[in-house]
Amino acid sequence: MRVTVRLFARLRDIAGAAEMPREIPSGATIRTVWKQLAGEFPGLADYERSMSSALNADYARMDAEVHDGDEIAFLPPVSGG
Amino acid sequence: MPTPLFAIGPAPLALEPLVSAVASGSDGVDGAITVFLGLVRNHNQGRRVQYLEYEAYEPLALKAFARIDEEVRKRWPGMRMALHHRTGRLDIGEASVVIVTASPHRGDAFAACRYVIERVKQIVPVWKREYFDGGDVWIEGATADPDDQHARAEAERIACA
Repeated sequence: MRVTVRLFARLRDIAGAAEMPREIPSGATIRTVWKQLAGEFPGLADYERSMSSALNADYARMDAEVHDGDEIAFLPPVSGG
Repeated sequence: MPTPLFAIGPAPLALEPLVSAVASGSDGVDGAITVFLGLVRNHNQGRRVQYLEYEAYEPLALKAFARIDEEVRKRWPGMRMALHHRTGRLDIGEASVVIVTASPHRGDAFAACRYVIERVKQIVPVWKREYFDGGDVWIEGATADPDDQHARAEAERIACA
């Protein structure tokens, strides 16, 4: 199935793209998507402990299951204000 | 068009329409309105800052604003608030965030206002890139986790100190 991955701030810089479509196996979780991405862009692995994830623009845990057409976002530590 | 209480985007922040928007919900019960403006500062950690670039995951940021509003109304019943955050390039002295809280009592209005900015820094998906003399760097603060009760309690402790 096909999902859209979105990356922000330094994660986007590391991967060189803000948004990318990815093919993932059915039954995958957000963690599956992250592992696949971190394999592709090794610099991302440094953020494994500090990043947050979101599913369809809602904060979600890494073990949340993803479905065809979902938008998955990975967020480095925030710095608003 | 009336000013929305919650917004994020590149438009310059306007204080008075936001204060009016909060005040108009009062029915006369308010005794205090507190306003906080966050500004772009010309120095940070020994660096001379030239300007900042703000980026946001806007739909999630708006949901985080709604969550903060919910937390505020639970902690301070009767409190009303507004929150606008800016994105894009901001020069020194420009406002990046404006928070307005209204309450029957000034103590609560001040505390809630402080609580809101602490929570913004904890859970709102916004990032700033600092351009300084000699380079640029992404600023990274808190790992965003709205369900982290320890962080929420810490924001409340700071607000009510």
